[in-house]
Amino acid sequence: MELLTYKTDKCPEIVVLNDPEAFTLSVGWFVRTGARDESNEVAGVSHFLEHMVFKGTPRRSAEDVNRELDHLGAQSNAYTSEDSTVFYASVLPECQTQAVDLLTDLMQPLLNEEDFETERQVILEEIAMYDDQPPYGAFERAMELFFGSHPLATRVLGSTESVSDLSVQQMREYHSLRYSVDNMFLCASGKVDFARLIEDVERLTVDWPSLVTPPRKLSVPGFGQVEEEIERESTYQHYAIQLWPGLSVNDARRYALRLLCSALADDSGSRLFWELIDTGKAETASLWPQMFEECGCLIGYLCCAPEDAAENQAVWERVIETALKEGVTQKELDLARNKITASLILSDERPSNRMFALGQSWLNRRAYEPLDVVLSRYMAVTLDDLREVADQTLSGSPTSVRVIGQVEPS
Amino acid sequence: MNQELLFQQFDNGLVLLGEHMPWLRSAAFTFVLPAGTCYEPNGLDGLAGITCEMSQRGCGEYDSRAFLERLDSLGVERTGSITTNHCAFSCAMPSQVLADVLQLYSELVRRPLLPESQLSDTKLLAMQDLRALYDEPSHRCFSELKRFRFPLPYGRISQGTKEGLQALQLENIHQFVQSQFTPQGTILAVAGDFDWQQVCDCVAQLLGDWQGPSPSSLPELTCVYGSRHIDHSSNQMHLALAYDCASYESPDYYQTRALVGVLSDGMSSRLFSEVREKRGLVYSVFATCFSLAGQGSVLCYAGTTNNRAEETLQVLIETIRSLGQGVTEDELERLKNRIKSSLVFEQESSAARSGQIASDWFYLGRVPSRDEVCRKVDELTCEGLLEHFLQIPPNNFSLVSVGSLPMELERGIADL
Repeated sequence: MELLTYKTDKCPEIVVLNDPEAFTLSVGWFVRTGARDESNEVAGVSHFLEHMVFKGTPRRSAEDVNRELDHLGAQSNAYTSEDSTVFYASVLPECQTQAVDLLTDLMQPLLNEEDFETERQVILEEIAMYDDQPPYGAFERAMELFFGSHPLATRVLGSTESVSDLSVQQMREYHSLRYSVDNMFLCASGKVDFARLIEDVERLTVDWPSLVTPPRKLSVPGFGQVEEEIERESTYQHYAIQLWPGLSVNDARRYALRLLCSALADDSGSRLFWELIDTGKAETASLWPQMFEECGCLIGYLCCAPEDAAENQAVWERVIETALKEGVTQKELDLARNKITASLILSDERPSNRMFALGQSWLNRRAYEPLDVVLSRYMAVTLDDLREVADQTLSGSPTSVRVIGQVEPS
Repeated sequence: MNQELLFQQFDNGLVLLGEHMPWLRSAAFTFVLPAGTCYEPNGLDGLAGITCEMSQRGCGEYDSRAFLERLDSLGVERTGSITTNHCAFSCAMPSQVLADVLQLYSELVRRPLLPESQLSDTKLLAMQDLRALYDEPSHRCFSELKRFRFPLPYGRISQGTKEGLQALQLENIHQFVQSQFTPQGTILAVAGDFDWQQVCDCVAQLLGDWQGPSPSSLPELTCVYGSRHIDHSSNQMHLALAYDCASYESPDYYQTRALVGVLSDGMSSRLFSEVREKRGLVYSVFATCFSLAGQGSVLCYAGTTNNRAEETLQVLIETIRSLGQGVTEDELERLKNRIKSSLVFEQESSAARSGQIASDWFYLGRVPSRDEVCRKVDELTCEGLLEHFLQIPPNNFSLVSVGSLPMELERGIADL
């Protein structure tokens, strides 16, 4: 497996993890733009734009785009997060040029008014759909309370109001500023013809506007410690989200933090698993880190019967308190390490997973650590490292949002 | 990518299947036992799921914690799941630990401890699953569709019922294990990087002398048609619609699968295009093939807000009907490309391949090779698809709506 990169002033950066033995290749555009880059007036525009990208370009109608993707036999999709928007396709190696041509063309969409209005309805349905799914917007609400006035509080989907109010002109302005040569890169993995890839991308992006994206505003937020309840009719379970301050994407202690979360609250063999899941007291009890450029958070999620909520919350608090006082055992650390490293090895078998790992790493630090290096980082973590990250993250009161269940299933 | 199905049937009925994928560092197996919901005694809905969960709480010399810690220390990703026909244990792992994991799961199916002390915890956990299902209207509509369309014993859902979970006793679980955790009707499918002879020797030693009864025979399935509404306070109406089609075992399955592909495979498919892209009625809409007891059904889903629910249902049905005007060459070619490339993607995952092998063997008693699938797909023609549509037109519709607006199929819709 070989890491290959290419960059000139006029051409967006190209990053490839080449594996000549692979059966397929995955290719994607990673754009450094997401909900955190939106002003309040255009909340949700990154995600809405992700949809609109598939609605046609000067060279292709929306129908052409969909037909071509299917014609290539592509497994393709896109997603938007707080800090990035990603468009990708996995195809057979002989389809590389067509897939790159299509994906690259999509990055300069038409943003036609009529399509914008139709797609607005789809986004509003998406918001309604997620609002019907547990935990009913509680994650988003908890992020708002935790990050306060910081840009990371912005909801990725926006709100019904912000999406209803958005104009196509606002989206065009946002696109021209954020989808620039210097603010995105092409990432590929699998059986890649690198020379051909460079030739194609240079040719396809030669007319891209040469606007410069202003640097992202970075500031460490003052983390909220707020409690809130959401009451919902016809909800059977109790849902609780808790947020603590975490670590940033480039913090060297991130490996220790992932191991700590696994030892305390993953879905098999963790402390909260034995306390709450194995005993049937809760349906889900988990803890995971979410990392951003300048800061991060630790997210706790509990789902259980309403009548058990108070008792389970007390167990949760006791588990954290014990971890802060006594840390975890060597056996727990070893088990967590085994689980995480085995999962990374299995995941690394697919070119598509390798592309996401490479792309995310490039977004975060413009560098890539091969799997063996990542595994060695996990191997090097000590019990003291876990104590330190526990102190750093879990010692204060969290922001907490609870969805209160009210009814019994028939 | 040479492909060879490796096969061994043991005297006790157990079928062992294998497919080499030496380019991978992992191995995976899918272990399916005839212990699904269709074998649950009446009134004990949820017994299959409870048995699956209890069997993973210790076996042989391992108690619950030791069993789980051993799997975690070996780095095994695993699931235990229940379908109508089966209890399935699926594991993916670094290939060098395959024999150790086969040993653990052989103990699990032969000597589960079924500790009485953990029954109430297991029931509580199952009750949590049931409640969580009731909070997910998009999932619940399919559970309710299954209950409505497929009479007993086929219509039970894996989560069971509150009454069933409350009623079942430890003795029921022991009986269920004795009758259903049996080599007869059990399939163990291995895929990835492994030595076949070692796997055969290992399984012969671990499971060769395993004995058990034949699973009981099942009644014929007659589907129920019509409409059913479940009142639920939600933003969207969740519509689950089913109609008859050829089953997986049928020689016409590829035609049925292709028609459903034209409806729902990919972003240029008719449902995505008509319901979402042109009209913006939904975020999620899809159709899929489902086979049960030799009968095929197409299952469709659409989720939309109340004021657009009638239109969505109408467009959904019109789009299904539009297959009767034929399929274009272009649509068929796209579909063929998608199916063929999906066969290549499957080669990147030992877990996906082992699951497919086990499923093929259950339905067909054999595993079609990629070459055979490609040949069948290449043989599909637009004329053949139209002819198939006219032979088995969509009829016998069942609709379940979950939300705050009761919906019904128009009179006569069950026989388009």
